[in-house]
Amino acid sequence: MHEMMVAESLLKTISAEASRRNARPIGATISCGTLNAVNDETLRFAFDAIAKGTPCEDMRLQIEHKPTQGKCRKCDRDFEIEFSQPKCTDCGSEDFALLPDAPLMLEEIELETD
Amino acid sequence: MEKVRVGKKILDENDRYALENILLLSRKNKLCLNMISSPGSGKTTILARTISELAGKIKIGVIEGDIQTDLDAERIRATKAPAIQINTNGACHLSAVQISDALSKLPIEDLDLIFIENVGNLVCPTDFNLGENAKVVVLSVAEGDDKPAKYPAIFAKSKVLLINKVDLLTSGASIDFDLDKVKADARRLNKTIEIFPISAKTGEGMTDWCNWLIDAATRV
Ligand SMILES: Nc1nc2c(ncn2[C@@H]2O[C@H](COP(=O)(O)OP(=O)(O)OP(=O)(O)O)[C@@H](O)[C@H]2O)c(=O)[nH]1
Ligand SMILES: [Mg+2]
Ligand SMILES: [Zn+2]
Repeated sequence: MHEMMVAESLLKTISAEASRRNARPIGATISCGTLNAVNDETLRFAFDAIAKGTPCEDMRLQIEHKPTQGKCRKCDRDFEIEFSQPKCTDCGSEDFALLPDAPLMLEEIELETD
Repeated sequence: MEKVRVGKKILDENDRYALENILLLSRKNKLCLNMISSPGSGKTTILARTISELAGKIKIGVIEGDIQTDLDAERIRATKAPAIQINTNGACHLSAVQISDALSKLPIEDLDLIFIENVGNLVCPTDFNLGENAKVVVLSVAEGDDKPAKYPAIFAKSKVLLINKVDLLTSGASIDFDLDKVKADARRLNKTIEIFPISAKTGEGMTDWCNWLIDAATRV
C-alpha cells in the first residue's frame, strides 16, 4: 500500500500552502490517471488518519481519474483507451501507442480565512 | 472561501531521485532493467540462470527488493554476481531513493547490466520510476492467462514480457494457460512488447532472452 506515502506527501504540501497563506484548508482536488495504483478509499482513509490533530483534519478530498490516451498508428488520432477493449475509437485499429498516464497531481486547495 | 491552484506532482520526490539515477546510468552507459511480477513467478530463479548463461559475455549486478530477508541476494551471490539487498519493511514497492543508495554500493564500473528485482507485486511497483531503461514483467503460467486483461498497466508499460515456467505446460500438470491468448492480449496493450516464453528450470527459451539482453546492453 503506497497510499500512505501519497497521503504524507499531500499533507506536507497542503499544510505548507495553507500556513503560507495564513488560512485553514477545507478541501483539495487530486487528479491521477487510470493506471496509477492508488485506491480512492484507501487514500482517504490514510489521509484522514495522519491528518488527525493537524489543521488538515476533516478536509474533503476529491479524486479525479483522467482516462489514459492512446495515439492511433493508422489514423493518427488521439483517443481515450477503454482497457477492456483497447482499440482506436475512430477507426477500430488495435495498432496504437500508449501515451503517458496522467501523473498523481495536487490540483487545487480550498482555503478558509477567518 | 478561496480556491488555490497548486498543480504539483505528488510523487515528484521519487521522480527527482529517478532522474538522478537515469543521469548516473546514462553517463556510465549502463543498462538497467526493473523486473516486476507477482510473488513467486520466478524472478530470482530467472536472474540466477541468466547470470550463469551470460557468464563471460556480459557482467551483471543485481539490486534485490524484498519486504524482509536477504535470501534473494544470497541466491544471486551464489552465482558470483554482486547483489545488494534492500528491505522495504512493509512497503509494497521499491522507490528511486533506495536504488540511488544501492547503486552507490554496487561496483557499477565493472558491470554492463544492472537488474532490479522489485518487490513481488504486479500493481504498485508500476507507478514508481526507479530510473531504469526499461521494465521487464514476468508472468508464470501457474498464475493464469487473464493477467494482461486484469492488470493492464504493467503490460502496457513494459518493454519485455517473460512468460515463465512453460515447462509446466508439458509436464502433465494440468494447467489451463493459453499462451497465444496472453501474447495477443499483451500486444493489444503494447504493440512493441518483446515476449519470451521461458523456463528458468529447464533452460527452455533462455537463449533468445539472453541474446536480447546482449543486444540491449551493447546498444546503451
Ligand atoms: N516449474 C518451474 N518452477 C520454477 C521456474 N522458475 C522458478 N520456479 C520455482 O518457483 C518458485 C519461486 O521462484 P522464485 O525465483 O523464488 O520467485 P520470485 O519471483 O523471485 O519470488 P519473490 O521474490 O518471493 O517474489 C521456486 O520454487 C522456484 O523453484 C520454472 O521455470 N519452472
Ligand atoms: Mg525473488
Ligand atoms: Zn485510428
